[in-house]
Amino acid sequence: MAWFRRTDEPTRKSRVPEGLWVKCEGCREILYKKELERGLFVCPRCGFHHRVSARTRLAQVFDDGRWKELFARIFSTDPLEFVDSKPYAERLRALREKGSRSDALVVGAGRISGVKAIVAAMEYSFMGGSMGSAVGEKMTRAIEQCLKSRLPFVVVSCSGGARMQEGILSLMQMAKISAALAQLHAARLPYISVLTDPTTGGVTASFAMLGDLNIGEPGALIGFAGPRVIEQTIRQTLPEGFQRSEFLLEHGMLDMVVPRQELKENLARCLQMLA
Amino acid sequence: MGSTPVPPFLAPIEDLRQRLAEAERGGEGRAEIARLRTQLDDEARRLTADLTPWQRCLLARHFERPHTLDYVRGLFTDWVEVHGDRCFGDDPAIVAGLARLDGESVAIVGHQKGRDTRERLYRNFGQPRPEGYRKALRVMHMAEKFGRPVISFVDTPGAYPGLDAEERGQAEAIARNLREMAALEVPIVVVVTGEGGSGGALAVGVGDRILMMEHAVYSVISPEGCAAILWKDQSEVQRAAAALRLTSNDLLRLGIIDEILPEPLGGAHMDPALAIRTVGGALRKALSGLRRLKRTDLPRRRFAKFRAMGYFSER
Repeated sequence: MAWFRRTDEPTRKSRVPEGLWVKCEGCREILYKKELERGLFVCPRCGFHHRVSARTRLAQVFDDGRWKELFARIFSTDPLEFVDSKPYAERLRALREKGSRSDALVVGAGRISGVKAIVAAMEYSFMGGSMGSAVGEKMTRAIEQCLKSRLPFVVVSCSGGARMQEGILSLMQMAKISAALAQLHAARLPYISVLTDPTTGGVTASFAMLGDLNIGEPGALIGFAGPRVIEQTIRQTLPEGFQRSEFLLEHGMLDMVVPRQELKENLARCLQMLA
Repeated sequence: MGSTPVPPFLAPIEDLRQRLAEAERGGEGRAEIARLRTQLDDEARRLTADLTPWQRCLLARHFERPHTLDYVRGLFTDWVEVHGDRCFGDDPAIVAGLARLDGESVAIVGHQKGRDTRERLYRNFGQPRPEGYRKALRVMHMAEKFGRPVISFVDTPGAYPGLDAEERGQAEAIARNLREMAALEVPIVVVVTGEGGSGGALAVGVGDRILMMEHAVYSVISPEGCAAILWKDQSEVQRAAAALRLTSNDLLRLGIIDEILPEPLGGAHMDPALAIRTVGGALRKALSGLRRLKRTDLPRRRFAKFRAMGYFSER
């Protein structure tokens, strides 16, 4: 079952590898890659939801896979001159050279089953989808664009939380984005939050939990503190399925758990009724 | 957690403090007391002149620093503490209530740490659960209903990372506070008095004026947590503390806080009464400035304030 999978696997493994055949991360079955892709990267055998890139996600929810990227020129800088095992500035440069141009958030405008909307999807392969100043600014501008054009807003979260390398500035993005969402709330524009594996830390504790509707993907890890931190705090192992979408649904934190194949249709139905 | 209340680098000062207290109690000659006091001042001045960021973290956690209820008792009258989130329970890690400052009624929320072992356990070391944040929000909404300003004291290692807290929606409770505080139509003044521990601090930290004690710290993650994740080595806390830029000077420079409140020589715990008076003066000044603003302007200005936070490139 999906949630037995270790969550601390490096990103490299979580991406669907090149080649014609791939191994399902849930059931280890060898799958034909084309078939997996046609099924939106959900295993046809066990239903495991493989992580997808922000761009793949946007192509999946927008009509005919067509959308226009917004605020793509905003990128992280290194205001703290942060150095751990490598300088942060160097990490950013390397990511940019590899072709990451949108930081950890891709914002797109398009139609979802005919409904005009702005969708912001987080990019896990960019430093674990972590939220720094660039993510905060792009998210805020996306919300401001929704306010200006009276559009509904959808966020697809996939993030370990605030980006440590930008310190307190990352923390403040939680307040910045939430303050922008307060305006969207007051303007009575719909906001749907989709939480995918993983959504933790400052992302969960700000915009990801503030949807008019919160939708989880099956088996996604969703929480404030990470499972290891909790285990260290309470000094016992966590129950099976703890902090997974189904657990959050049961505890009243999500409105629904929706398989990826039904997400687009679901978003459209909800937005049509709210917008 | 907190079994050694006084960090080693403070030992010389603590020793002098003790000798001074004994001398005063034992009726030593005035000259001896004056000599010890001068020695203590010199030592405190020398020490605080070049504190490392990690030492500041330890100072910010000093168990004798004034906590929220010390500020409440020292500055306000008619304190009425309220309890409970009306959903699940009452969280002693956050105190909330009403009181008067110079006769004017205000709402107060804040983290509460304990001083002795029993009280620290009772207060869960100042780490709130969701019901604490929900209690704080309830009182803030009450303040808005009756047009009273909110004063928030921030001093927490972080939101409690426990199983029960997760089950009851720690993330949702913090997130909701961020959004609701941003929209609150009464003035909010925040004072970071000790530890500003990540989302658990920010959940009562959105305001119109953010004040910070000189030796307080405010960070996205504790140096311990950061060292464990980025260096995979607990002994790197010093480096992590420096890298995170978590001191009051750093935060002022980065445009996060509005004002640094100077502390007594050697830190707030050396002269709590003086520290409390300093905070009182700053609160009065901040409130009188905010009272002049129109209610409906407050959320707009607050959004603009947080909107401006962050550094990025745009090419």
